[in-house]
Amino acid sequence: MNKFLNIVIVLLFAAFSLCYAAVNEHQVASEQANKEQLNVREFILEHISDSYEWHVTKIGEYPISIPLPVILYSSTSGWHVFLSLAFHHDAVYEGFTIAHEGKYKGKIIELQADGSEIRPFDISITKNVFSLLFSSLLLIIIILSVAKSYRRTGIGANKGFVAFMEMFIMNVNDDIIKPCVGKDYKRYAPYLLTVFFFIFINNILGLIPIFPGGANVTGNIAITFVLAVCTFLIVNFSGSKEYWREILWPDVPLWLKAPFPMMPLIELVGIFTKPFALMIRLFANMMAGHSIVLGLTALVFVTVSLGPVMNTSMTVVSVIFSIFISFVELLVAYIQAYIFTMLSAVFIGLARIEPHHKPLKTNGE
Amino acid sequence: MSLLTPDSGLLFWMLLSFGTVVFVLAKFGFPVILKMVEERKAYIEESLLMAEKARTELDLVKSEGAQIVADARKSQQQILAEAAQLREKIIQDARTAAMTEADKVIEEAHVSIQQEKEEALRDIRKQVSSLSVQIAEKVMRSKLGEKDEQQRMIQRLLDEINISKS
Repeated sequence: MNKFLNIVIVLLFAAFSLCYAAVNEHQVASEQANKEQLNVREFILEHISDSYEWHVTKIGEYPISIPLPVILYSSTSGWHVFLSLAFHHDAVYEGFTIAHEGKYKGKIIELQADGSEIRPFDISITKNVFSLLFSSLLLIIIILSVAKSYRRTGIGANKGFVAFMEMFIMNVNDDIIKPCVGKDYKRYAPYLLTVFFFIFINNILGLIPIFPGGANVTGNIAITFVLAVCTFLIVNFSGSKEYWREILWPDVPLWLKAPFPMMPLIELVGIFTKPFALMIRLFANMMAGHSIVLGLTALVFVTVSLGPVMNTSMTVVSVIFSIFISFVELLVAYIQAYIFTMLSAVFIGLARIEPHHKPLKTNGE
Repeated sequence: MSLLTPDSGLLFWMLLSFGTVVFVLAKFGFPVILKMVEERKAYIEESLLMAEKARTELDLVKSEGAQIVADARKSQQQILAEAAQLREKIIQDARTAAMTEADKVIEEAHVSIQQEKEEALRDIRKQVSSLSVQIAEKVMRSKLGEKDEQQRMIQRLLDEINISKS
């Protein structure tokens, strides 16, 4: 391990000393290379956002990508189902095309006769949808196969993968759900476990750079929105009388709630900010993780214009940093699933509180 | 801003797939696993309790066994002591019985010896008397063959009687 660290440090020093040597070269090269320079912002945004085809790589001038089905409903011409191959080279197919700018940038739009563009009802199997379906299927297969092996072995001890999954599931169950929800946790355990493993498997698949991984599923606001809404509904439908009393008539001095209900308003907003925070936290963390990995990878291509020496040294730096960040992201994949599940469990636990103190006496002090 | 506005298509698919995943896993997946693990936990706890119970029972049985063995040993010693006593007594009794019997036998022997001795003496006496009569007869016969001799004899006897009379 020490030997490995030494090698890394030496390489880093070499890279930075080469940076200085390359400054002169850089000034010469920068002018001519400006037009070839990669637009990093575009590059990252393109990778972390959704697309209608699964871009794998580019060999020479030919992009290699997996076409995905497009499913559209237009109010004028009804249902359309075709492969995204139809949009190659900016083609217009059956009146639909992909917008390159404007409000619907990157989305399919329908060209109207009068030249205006409208967005059709679009439930295409995009990259994110495909990845979502794939991971959902994978999760169902994994958990059901584990459950099936339990049916077979009964209460006897399991081995291998099933034992690992049991440890994982019971860890989440006993260390997150049980203490956070408290009494009656068994009612919520299946939902919370599903949320945990759903987020976790999508996070992990997002880290695998090749098909069928690499899509930014949990870093998409639509996904985290649905997850947060589910938690919101469960939290508020399992709210106890005491929970609603504390929101609508909290134990604060009367003037804070009587003529103008200030505290109840704040509490009501709080109901919505909790799941909102859940949604934004997961979305932002996963999107940021993907962006950092992509940014570090882009370092290789950005520094092409700085000359071969600079480029080589920065490539080394980029690879080392990418590996490091990938490990961090592996950790983040678990931590974000953990946090989402834990906070959902805490919110459910808080919504199920019992009256724990006597109501304050209102006659003066 | 497109990153922050949820896409309706993705929303639709997410609702569909997440709903399916939650339905399937919350119905057929996790409850099965959790139930089995709970059952296993309960089984292990029960087994431990039972083992504990069996151990205490075993201890009880062991102490009972030891008690029984001690009791048996005690009664064995008692029985042995009693047997020894009984033996002594039997030997003593036999000895006294034998002694009295022997005394009786000796007594009888003495009596019969005395009787036989007396008989033998009587016999001897009878024989001696008859023998002496025969001898006397023979002597007489030989001595009293001549006439004067017979006279002398008679004389002498008469003298003797006279002498004893006088």
